[in-house]
Amino acid sequence: MNEAVRFHFVVDGEDFTSAGQASVQVKKNLRKLGISPEIIRKISIAMYEGEINMVIHADGGEADVLVYEDRIEIILTDRGPGIANIDLAMQEGFSTAPDNVRSLGFGAGMGLPNMKRYTDDMKIESTLGEGTTITMTVKL
Amino acid sequence: MNSYEHSVSLDLSRCTGCTTCLKHCPTEAIRIQDGHAKINPNRCIDCGICIRICPNKAKKATYSRMDKVMKYKWKIALPAPALYGQFEDLENVDYVLQGLKDIGFDDVFEVSKAAELVSAYTRLYLKTNGIAKPVISSACPVVLRLISLRYPTLREHIMQLLPPMEVAARLARQRAMEEHPELAREDICVCFISPCPAKVSYVRNGFGDYQSEVDEVLSISDVYFNLINVMRREQEPQQLSESGKIGISWATTGGEASAIFNDKYLAADGIENVNHVLEQLDNGNISNLEFIELNACPGGCVGGAMTVENPFVAKARLQTLRRYLPVSQTQLQGEEKEFIPQNIFFDKLPTYLPIQRLSENFGESLRMMAAIQKLHEELPGIDCGACGAPNCRAYAEDVICGRAEADGCTILRSKKLEALLLQKEGTDDSQ
Repeated sequence: MNEAVRFHFVVDGEDFTSAGQASVQVKKNLRKLGISPEIIRKISIAMYEGEINMVIHADGGEADVLVYEDRIEIILTDRGPGIANIDLAMQEGFSTAPDNVRSLGFGAGMGLPNMKRYTDDMKIESTLGEGTTITMTVKL
Repeated sequence: MNSYEHSVSLDLSRCTGCTTCLKHCPTEAIRIQDGHAKINPNRCIDCGICIRICPNKAKKATYSRMDKVMKYKWKIALPAPALYGQFEDLENVDYVLQGLKDIGFDDVFEVSKAAELVSAYTRLYLKTNGIAKPVISSACPVVLRLISLRYPTLREHIMQLLPPMEVAARLARQRAMEEHPELAREDICVCFISPCPAKVSYVRNGFGDYQSEVDEVLSISDVYFNLINVMRREQEPQQLSESGKIGISWATTGGEASAIFNDKYLAADGIENVNHVLEQLDNGNISNLEFIELNACPGGCVGGAMTVENPFVAKARLQTLRRYLPVSQTQLQGEEKEFIPQNIFFDKLPTYLPIQRLSENFGESLRMMAAIQKLHEELPGIDCGACGAPNCRAYAEDVICGRAEADGCTILRSKKLEALLLQKEGTDDSQ
């Protein structure tokens, strides 16, 4: 089967308390497919970090998880402010998160680095003022 | 593992096939088929919610009966501390323990006493190098089963110390053998008085490759009604209790966790909260914690489906009961202060049971998932339960997996019928 199974999620930027829900849903679905626990863990962490980023920086966005026979792709799309300097953003500890979310334990500057660490490939396409699309791939 | 023996059963004559249990089962283990509920044993975690919620009392916990236990030569009662919270105006645990002897038990060994030992060992365990933190309590069997079904990566966080019930069972048997060398193994009945059906399942099935030391399990509710007949409280009881505040507190949420004497703990109860905590832990979002206590029942063990009293009332009573007790009546001696005895450990964690997997074959799973998504889109999405599945998504999965008929949705059926009628009317008009 060449066509992927797609799971689509709208990540609500209005309600911070719901951030992380898509990651939970993805995990449930991947378990049904019989994906190994180690890979599910990688994907759900990468997905969680991405989701949080979209809520904090871009008022939400959309997440698509595509499951192919040999790989899983996670595509996160937002219409936020864009990332000014991707290299800088990829550095551990760099964060532009506002104080109000730091008090919740976010904004440690580990989001993007973790997403890269837990996936086999990560591409960031970002245009200032238009938004960001991140595509992550995990091989099966 | 397919032969897992559960302790939640159904009284067919009472089940009306309503959707109450269907809607509340946390693992979606129930379907309504042929007019009554059916429990999928592979998914059931013995949480007891369906017993508590059934309006017709059709769901029952199965446990041993008193008369069966009384046939043994030497019967030892192991009361769970939740038992103490069932009685009104109880000033002293000894009345309950004396009562247990009066209804026919030859000896009593408090699970709360063993709990104090487990608490002391837990404090040592947390200092062990190389263990996965936070450590998850091994006391609630529902949580253990939930982890083995759903959270494979958290298995290594489970504390590999035996729960108080098992420690109590071992010590009680040891005491009987020492004090009564004339007794044979089969003369002794170590009998746990349980607040919940999950403990019954634990005793029957063991955990990993560990086999329970408990011989029989009675329900708190059964024993309670036997006890109130003999507990006149006119005479001073024998001094039997060896529990302190810590042991008694194990009956309610936070009791076990607070006994680690370190505030880096989390204590949660209720299956929904338990799932949320495990989910967050699995995502790596809970940091800086040493210990996690999770209880499937609201309020902790006092909320078990085999208790009599409301959990919050029971909790309030336990607070009164433990007020003037010493913190703990069990202290580690000598070598025990440094090393946990080997026989308190269990060796093997249960294997991950991927029950949610659609098919053994990944390609096939993908095809099925696509079919489920397609069918789910066609369904009305109101999750009414009339088809016998808890929600539209579960129904779509049942159909694709061949567990349900494709024409089970009453709303789709009536829409089709309506369309057919309209079509007919249309042709009638044109004539």
